[in-house]
Amino acid sequence: MTTKPEMTAAGIAGAVAAGKMSALEATEAALARIKQYDGVLNSFTDVTADRARAKARAMDADIAAGKAVGPLAGVPFAVKNLFDVAGLSTRAGSKINRDLAPSRRDATLIERLEAAGAVLVGALNMGEYAYDFTGENVHDGPSRNPHDPTRMTGGSSGGSGSAVGGALVPIALGSDTNGSIRVPSSFCGIFGLKPTYGRLSRARSFPFVASLDHLGPFARDVTDLALAYDAMQGPDADDGACTTRGLEPTLPLLANPISDLRIAIAGGYFQKNVFPEAVEAVSRVAKALGTTEVVDVPEAARARAAAYVITTTEGASLHLDRLRKRPDDFDPAVRDRLIAGAMVPAPLVDRAQKFRRWYRAQFAEIFRSVDVLIAPATPCTAPKLGQVNFNLDGVELPVRANIGIHTQPISFIGLPVVAVPVPLEPLPIGVQIICAPWREDIALRVAYALEKMGVVAAPAPRGI
Amino acid sequence: MAEPLDDYIDAVSKALALPVEEAWRPAVRANLEVSLRLGRLVDEFALPDETEPAPIFTV
Repeated sequence: MTTKPEMTAAGIAGAVAAGKMSALEATEAALARIKQYDGVLNSFTDVTADRARAKARAMDADIAAGKAVGPLAGVPFAVKNLFDVAGLSTRAGSKINRDLAPSRRDATLIERLEAAGAVLVGALNMGEYAYDFTGENVHDGPSRNPHDPTRMTGGSSGGSGSAVGGALVPIALGSDTNGSIRVPSSFCGIFGLKPTYGRLSRARSFPFVASLDHLGPFARDVTDLALAYDAMQGPDADDGACTTRGLEPTLPLLANPISDLRIAIAGGYFQKNVFPEAVEAVSRVAKALGTTEVVDVPEAARARAAAYVITTTEGASLHLDRLRKRPDDFDPAVRDRLIAGAMVPAPLVDRAQKFRRWYRAQFAEIFRSVDVLIAPATPCTAPKLGQVNFNLDGVELPVRANIGIHTQPISFIGLPVVAVPVPLEPLPIGVQIICAPWREDIALRVAYALEKMGVVAAPAPRGI
Repeated sequence: MAEPLDDYIDAVSKALALPVEEAWRPAVRANLEVSLRLGRLVDEFALPDETEPAPIFTV
C-alpha cells in the first residue's frame, strides 16, 4: 500500500494507528515522491532516508508490541534547513555554515513532532540566512513553485512551501521573521501558522532577528496544521523567549461555531499596494465570513519601516564577524544588505523598538472590539523566478523588498496568524487570519470554517 | 564623484573593521539609503519620553 499524494497527516496517522498501513510504508511513499518530483521542485537539500526508515521501523515494532502511538504516527515531515538535525550541519541556506560541525541534537520542535510519532525525512531549501522573500538561493538554486516551476515559492521558507505545496510531505516546519511562513504559504497555495511570538520554542534553530523570529508549521489542511501545532506547544528553558504558558490545544476547538466572533477587514495600509488577485482573495474570505466592516490599522506603514530597521540591524549584528572574515562567501545581495544594516545609527533602532510598544497598544485597543482581522498575505500571486520589479499602485518597485509589505506590520508585534490559501486561477494566493496574542485557537477555527465552506483549500500541484 | 553617504560609509567601515570593497559600495549605499529613509519615518513619529522599548512581545 502506498499513500496517495494528497493524503493528509491525520489520514496517515489514523491508518498507521489502525494497522491499515505501516509507518515504513508511509515513509517509503514520501521518499518515493521526493525522488520523483524533487528534481523539479528543488525543495530538499538533505534527505534523511536512513534515519527515517529506522524511526519508522521502530514505530512499527512498537505497534506490533501493542504500545500506544502518538497523534502523528508515521507522518513524514521535513524542516527548513535552519533547524538543527542531529548529524547535519545547520546550513541556514548559507555556504558558510556548511563548515559548522554536525549538530549533536535535534531542534526542540523536531523532538516534539517525533515524540508524537512523526518521521523526519529531510531538510529543506531556504533563502540565505532567512533574509529573503523569494525562495531563491545562490548556493543551492531556487526552490520552485509546485503550481508553476518557473515561479517563486516565496521565502525565506521556500523549500517548506514547495515540499508541502507539491505534496511531497503533509507537514513541514519553517521560520517567520517578517513573513517567511505566510509568504510561501500564499505563493504555494497551502496553510501556514505563524504563532504568537514566544509560543513555540526556537531552541536549536539558527537565528536571524532574535526579537522577531518565530517558528511554525505548514500543512495542506487546517486539521493537520492544528495537529502539528498542538504537538509542538509547551515551555522550553532552552529558548529564553519561549512562553511558560501551559498547553492550549486547538484541535478539539476547530469545529466550534464562529458565529460569536467579531470579524473585520484590515483597512487603510492593508488595502493599498495590492494586485487585483489579492483584492479578490480578501473579498471572497470576507464575504464567506459575512463581514463588510473595515477597521483602520493606524501607522502600519511606520510599523513596517520599524520592522525593516530592526531586521537589518539585528541581522547585521548577528553576522558581523562573518561579514568581516568571509564576505565573499555570502550571497552578494544578502551581504550588501547586512553591511548596510551595520551602519544604521543606533538611535533609530532604539526608536523602532519604542515605536513597537506604541503600535502594540493600538492593536490591543483594536482587539477590544474585534476578534479577527483579515488582510492580504502577499500583494500578488507568485512572481517569476528572477523577477526584479513589479508595478504596485502605479509605482515600479523592487519585488524582493516588497513581497512582505502586508506581513511585516503584523509579525512586528508578534500576533498569531493563519495564512489560508484561496485557490484562484491560474495561481493561488493567501489571506492572513490575524488574532490577538495567544489566540491561535480562534485563527485556526476561522480557517477551519472557511475550509468547510470551500472558500480556502490547497490546490493539487499542477506544475509537477 | 563621491556620493553624500560615501564618507559615512568609509568612517563606519573603519570603525567596525568591516570591509566594503569598491564593487560593493553602490549596493551598500543603496541599501543604506533605504534603511535611513525608513528609519527617518520612525524617527519623525513623536513618542512620550517614558516609552519603553518592546523587543519581546509580552502580555
